[in-house]
Amino acid sequence: MIARGKAIKYGNNVDTDVIIPARYLNSSDPAELAAHCMEDIDAGFREKVEPGDIIVAARNFGCGSSREHAPIAIKASGISCVVAKTFARIFYRNSINTGLPILECEELYDETDEGDRLEIDFDSGEIRNITKGKVFGTQPFPGFMQEIIENDGLVGYIKNQMK
Amino acid sequence: MGMTMTQKILAAHAGLESVKPGQLIMSDVDMVLGNDITSPVAVNEFKKLGISKVFDKEKIAIVPDHFCPNKDIKSAEQVKYIREFSKEMGIVNFFEVGQMGIEHALLPEKGLVVAGDVVIGADSHTCTYGALGAFSTGVGSTDMACGMATGKAWFKVPEAIRFELRGKPARWVSGKDIILHIIGMIGVDGALYKSMEFTGSGLSSLSIDDRFTMANMAIEAGGKNGIFEVDEKTIEYIREHSDKSFKVYEADADAEYTETHIIELDKIKPTVSFPHLPDNTRVEGKFGDVRIDQVVIGSCTNGRMEDMRMAAEILKGRKVHPDVRCIIIPATQKIWRQAMNEGLFDIFIESGAAISTPTCGPCLGGHMGILAKGERAVATTNRNFVGRMGHPGSEVYLASPYVAAASAVTGRVSSPAELEEV
Repeated sequence: MIARGKAIKYGNNVDTDVIIPARYLNSSDPAELAAHCMEDIDAGFREKVEPGDIIVAARNFGCGSSREHAPIAIKASGISCVVAKTFARIFYRNSINTGLPILECEELYDETDEGDRLEIDFDSGEIRNITKGKVFGTQPFPGFMQEIIENDGLVGYIKNQMK
Repeated sequence: MGMTMTQKILAAHAGLESVKPGQLIMSDVDMVLGNDITSPVAVNEFKKLGISKVFDKEKIAIVPDHFCPNKDIKSAEQVKYIREFSKEMGIVNFFEVGQMGIEHALLPEKGLVVAGDVVIGADSHTCTYGALGAFSTGVGSTDMACGMATGKAWFKVPEAIRFELRGKPARWVSGKDIILHIIGMIGVDGALYKSMEFTGSGLSSLSIDDRFTMANMAIEAGGKNGIFEVDEKTIEYIREHSDKSFKVYEADADAEYTETHIIELDKIKPTVSFPHLPDNTRVEGKFGDVRIDQVVIGSCTNGRMEDMRMAAEILKGRKVHPDVRCIIIPATQKIWRQAMNEGLFDIFIESGAAISTPTCGPCLGGHMGILAKGERAVATTNRNFVGRMGHPGSEVYLASPYVAAASAVTGRVSSPAELEEV
């Protein structure tokens, strides 16, 4: 699988309250959540995001609440992958469990500007910054997590196990 | 190699003799928790599994506490959905308004969590139960759904940071100041993916309520869980609240920690987290002149009986500043009644504070105390992110009940000692 899109950049400690503010959590509808994604940190997000775009962030992306609405809102916005230096742990497992591709990469953030064209090959774990002509490697997922992802999330995985 | 408390509990629940950091395991869980925000998503996922029964009707707790009593029609629909699911599945621990309290105050009070348990909750502050020597951690709704179906959860075995507590906290210093101090020291990702294990001779000077407050905020340092060594106070608390059998796990002498921090409790001062991250801490004397509009005393962090008493100690015979709304939220019905019976409500009302039924409400900007643009609140809650309590242009200052009550009186971020000087 390959993801292609432009980079949308955020810094350290992007928390789930700014990814999807609690005032919208009286709904779990992905489209409704996507309509308010990132609005408290980046009012222009809805206008600039296009299908396939890739969020590039620094440390501790997704910190705070356990709301699965956060990865759901990001995925429903059309984001194809989030690449960060590190992720907060609940956001990390929620993304794997719901099938939002995420990758940890130490270098990409420092070598990428907002709007750069990026391409990610999930099989090889390679990230290309086409605008800058640079290639970055990432750690592949451990086998168990790979299986969850291949089953399109934990529900698919458990369903398969129960067969 | 020896194991930490957390590693031992996880090994036992995965049916393994030992585990190592980084190892992926499938663990049995003793309790699966959800609230009115996360449970509807979990029920949707549960239905996709195509099964008709939960793994154990007694080992699931659903607590509508965030937007409850229902704040609007959409919230009412969400609670209706999980209420019907709970009835259909025969879930024993569904807590309706009137029984309901803030989940992380309610579960220990009802005796549903004890030492040695593995608890997952679709709420990030599920880490609270580490105060009782349990492994408990926040997960998402999908984890909750699969936990309800199978009684299991996957974990990556965490490394651990050891906090050795020494001495005794000074006057006006409580568990909240200690944990804010620690978060300020290691940062909001200082314990990322790791356990925070609290131990040392200073433990004996901390009440169980202090420990709940501290374990509760492990997540604000990025921690997977926070866990306290079990002592006589823990055992006394568990025996008083629960009939469940419990097991005490002690860390091995040769357990490995990535870091050890010595925390001298007597040196910690009243501490406040300034906007917009919990690690942006300042101590008494360095608060500056920050005028405030609201004070909230409550939440899963500080809505327990001792918190109510701390607030009352400050507010007794004093008035809330005319520019401040002071909202006090006892976390459960039991705490509510006890605070009333102890006469604390008379003190609160006499001072000009409002008392609310149990709810998470204002902490996450849900209802019952939302901030307008430019407004500032001192809150005993756990997060001060941008827009957390209302408008993105508002500010939250995290503090103990002592500091919050003192600030309500002066109308600015204040330490309790300032009141004594007057």
